[in-house]
Amino acid sequence: MCGIVGLHLKNPGLQPRLGELLTQMLEAMTTRGPDSAGIAVYADREPALAGQAGELRYSLRSDETIDWDLLAKRIAAETGRDLRVEPLGSDSAVFVSPAAETPFLAAVRRVVPRVSVPGYGRSMVVVKDVGAPAAICARYGIPGWAGYQGIGHTRMATESAVTTAHSHPFAPAADLALVHNGSFSNYATIRQRLARDGVHCDTDNDSEVAARLIAARMAEGADLADGLRTVLKEMDGFFTLLVTTRTQFAVVRDSFACKPAVIAETPDYVAMASEYHALAGLPGVAGARVFEPMPEEIHVWSR
Amino acid sequence: MEPVILSCAELSTREINTALAALPDGASARVLEPRGRHNLAVGLSNRVRIDIEGNAGYFIGGLGDGPDVVVHGFTGWSVGENLQAGSVRVKGNVSECAGASSRGGSIVIEGDASSRAGISLKGGTILVSGNVGHMSGFMAQAGVMLIGGDAGDALGDSLYEAVIYVAGKIASLGSDARIEELTEADVRAVKALAELGGGGFGHVQPENVTRVASARGLYNFDALIDQKY
Repeated sequence: MCGIVGLHLKNPGLQPRLGELLTQMLEAMTTRGPDSAGIAVYADREPALAGQAGELRYSLRSDETIDWDLLAKRIAAETGRDLRVEPLGSDSAVFVSPAAETPFLAAVRRVVPRVSVPGYGRSMVVVKDVGAPAAICARYGIPGWAGYQGIGHTRMATESAVTTAHSHPFAPAADLALVHNGSFSNYATIRQRLARDGVHCDTDNDSEVAARLIAARMAEGADLADGLRTVLKEMDGFFTLLVTTRTQFAVVRDSFACKPAVIAETPDYVAMASEYHALAGLPGVAGARVFEPMPEEIHVWSR
Repeated sequence: MEPVILSCAELSTREINTALAALPDGASARVLEPRGRHNLAVGLSNRVRIDIEGNAGYFIGGLGDGPDVVVHGFTGWSVGENLQAGSVRVKGNVSECAGASSRGGSIVIEGDASSRAGISLKGGTILVSGNVGHMSGFMAQAGVMLIGGDAGDALGDSLYEAVIYVAGKIASLGSDARIEELTEADVRAVKALAELGGGGFGHVQPENVTRVASARGLYNFDALIDQKY
């Protein structure tokens, strides 16, 4: 069992409250996933580096104590590009860099292999950790975060270990994040096939395979809905998936609808959660259109 | 006697259920601000009336053996699961597995029910004014369902003795379910069920419903024969 939540704001006036609302939704799903939690938050951000078009924000995470400023200097030297550090608690930081993902990620692997990159993109920041969702949100100050879209996950592991790396979201491409409730049964087969095509997973987690599969399809030019159709066609198992890109927010369930999903839509937002009580505190939810996605229906909202 | 007021904003689920269980027969209670709370009014065996004033979560009224529970909103999965006696009425829609394995009593849904409504029904009565989702009535062993609207795919898969009446369209029948001719006894039964359901079932014409029951091909398990399941 796991809990998933997501909020896609249509009304920009709610953006300052995104982190607060997402935290409250995530905490409500603690009963479905007490062992780990994570979020991906999307915001329109002012450039952090003067005169550098196309900068990316890399969410970094270290289980050991690390001097982020020193690391930033070394990564800047390795990539030959400016870099700005935005600390996130003691174990995480966002590195803002105009370096493209391939050289940047290679530089991190070379310089500090023990530091992981849970996600990156122009708009998205990802944090995840083991422990209670409320404690994780408080530690990173998530209630204070603004943004236009966010997703979150509370995990009760069934298929693989309880570690930060195995926690959700999985964000294997720029601004792409996936949270999953359920379990895939043929993920080892799909993972082998992806590996033959040069796509490798960081963990043995089943959900990561789905995220990599979608990312691989989208790298070939598919849109998000096509990526989800690929999951429906090729992956076997139980799943409710919530997947986001820089502009889209999408939900799909397996052909039996084995795992719960409820969506509330108002003129101000689209909110999705495993259970209604995660939505119950949202502003104006009493007047929302509340519905459950049918099996294999792909629901996509775009900004 | 004035109803007892219990608020989910102030009390834990256990405190609410303990208070409800302590009510004398004939008493009533209102449960306020449920906000999707699970397991409300579960496991009660007293003859009381409970009104849940809003949207509630999973297993509402489950294991009941006497009370009449009314939800003024919608509910999550497994409303009235394992109901033994009494009733659960939901004014809105319900999620999956409504009335799962209920053995007696009645569950009335005034809106739609999602998939697997009446799964493994063991003798209870389930009335849905609107539509039901896929695999409703799956492996239902005894009891009856009346669906006022349409039924999703694989209706009545692997039915045993339960009977399903559908007023609307059936997307598809499950394995070993078949449509049977409507008898006068069926018409009388549907009329009584619609009356039990109340105003939300006024559109049901008892003589025009479809009767779905077991074709008995899978009634006795035998792995060596045909494997239709």
